[in-house]
Amino acid sequence: MAEFRMPSLGSDMLEGTLLEWRVKPGDRVRRRDVIAVVDTDKAAIEIEVFEDGIVEVLLVQPGQKIPVGTVMAVIRTEGAGIPEAGTAGAVLPERPPVEAVPERLMAGEQVPPPAAPAPLQPSASAAAERIKASPYARRLATEHSVDLRNLEGTGPQGSICAADVQRALETAAQLPPEEAPGVSLAGLPPGVAEERRAPAPPVAEKPAAADAMRRAIAAAVTRSNREIPHYYLQTRIDMSRTLRWLEAENLKRSIKERLLPVVPLIKAVASALQDVPELNGYWIDDRHQPQEAVNIGFAISLRQGGLIAPAILGADLMSMDDLMEALRDLITRARTGRLRSSEMTDATITVTNLGDLGVETVYGVIYPPQVALVGFGKTTEQPWAENGMLGVRPVLTATLAADHRATDGRRGAQFLDALNRHLQEPSKL
Amino acid sequence: MSPDQIRQIIFRLLKRIAPESEPSELAPDENIRRALDIDSFDALNFFIQLHDELGVTIPESDYGQLNTLEEIVHYLSARPV
Repeated sequence: MAEFRMPSLGSDMLEGTLLEWRVKPGDRVRRRDVIAVVDTDKAAIEIEVFEDGIVEVLLVQPGQKIPVGTVMAVIRTEGAGIPEAGTAGAVLPERPPVEAVPERLMAGEQVPPPAAPAPLQPSASAAAERIKASPYARRLATEHSVDLRNLEGTGPQGSICAADVQRALETAAQLPPEEAPGVSLAGLPPGVAEERRAPAPPVAEKPAAADAMRRAIAAAVTRSNREIPHYYLQTRIDMSRTLRWLEAENLKRSIKERLLPVVPLIKAVASALQDVPELNGYWIDDRHQPQEAVNIGFAISLRQGGLIAPAILGADLMSMDDLMEALRDLITRARTGRLRSSEMTDATITVTNLGDLGVETVYGVIYPPQVALVGFGKTTEQPWAENGMLGVRPVLTATLAADHRATDGRRGAQFLDALNRHLQEPSKL
Repeated sequence: MSPDQIRQIIFRLLKRIAPESEPSELAPDENIRRALDIDSFDALNFFIQLHDELGVTIPESDYGQLNTLEEIVHYLSARPV
């Protein structure tokens, strides 16, 4: 049996409201099927299941608001080789693979692994030596700043399961911050922390969606600035070649196929991450965990206020046209429709582009547990000295905000240098 | 197509992009993107929808001269629709 729990769709999510089930008891589900739609403070998200099996029972009714980690359904897993949650926790992937391996690759015998395999996993033995905990528990702990070392596991062989973390969070909510070692109250929903100490303050019954989103963003950036020692680097990039290339490309295209200037920028980030993979990944469990799949979170502002940074999954494998299509799809769904849970959880780096406005330089706040954020300002004509000559060029300032626990300035500098080089050869992107 | 008809189409498209706004209250010389908080993605969508409605393909190089209601109406009126 596997428990299907309310997932955490990003470090700023604390609870979610079930909007609808897409399955009913008895239905057969496959890994990555969308089985529910959940409303977070930010958006309605389609939730994917991580196991193959049959839906045994649904435990939550549409309309119910429940904390992250609450069991929502039980999935009867079947067949040999399908790991069951809680028994083989250490070898279960922490995150789902980004792309299902194409069938033909699976059928082939000596085919090398695809370029975007499952994200790197900490090896089971390495994880076991440290602290035994299910991947979900780790994730939950990381997202709520709970130190796993302070917890007692009640799972198989004393491993820590999500429920243990949940209990710690609940205990923490009942104690003043000082009495809850290793547990950060700031990571809890304000409502929870307050309600347990005192009667709920007489606030409006339901905060406006915008307020909820503001609070969610506040929680994420507060955690980021509290925990992540940011360092910032910036570089000016001559955009003449990229813009000329883009202009020529767009001339060849119908209006519907035109590329936005941000597309080559995203592509160049993906390429530069191949050169400097250390910036692509996470800092979890006091450990730098670079990821192989390049899933670029793209910050999208919403008209009603707030922002959301869903991931372009496998951006390194996409052509410019693929990227434009993916971006169009993602922005449209972020603003009007629905995002999928993997898009909310799998970003390995974030790109934020404020170039639409007059902003020249972006100093970003890293989205935990990621270790880097790339910011782009507006491309403007500026004096540019080269080979002893002064000219005027379209110039873009690119910035990198990076987690100093994971990388040092030298790596960051290499990344910006690679980014610049890729933008000087746009036709090779 | 008369300038007034073009204006009505523009208002309708802008309303679709920025539902909370009242495009018909735009001043003729107001920068539309700034006034309605339209980013480059929505701006491209606007031009795509103009193309769908009017059959006019606006080259990318002309985007820069299409910032206000007046400019867009003038530009489109000058083209056979």
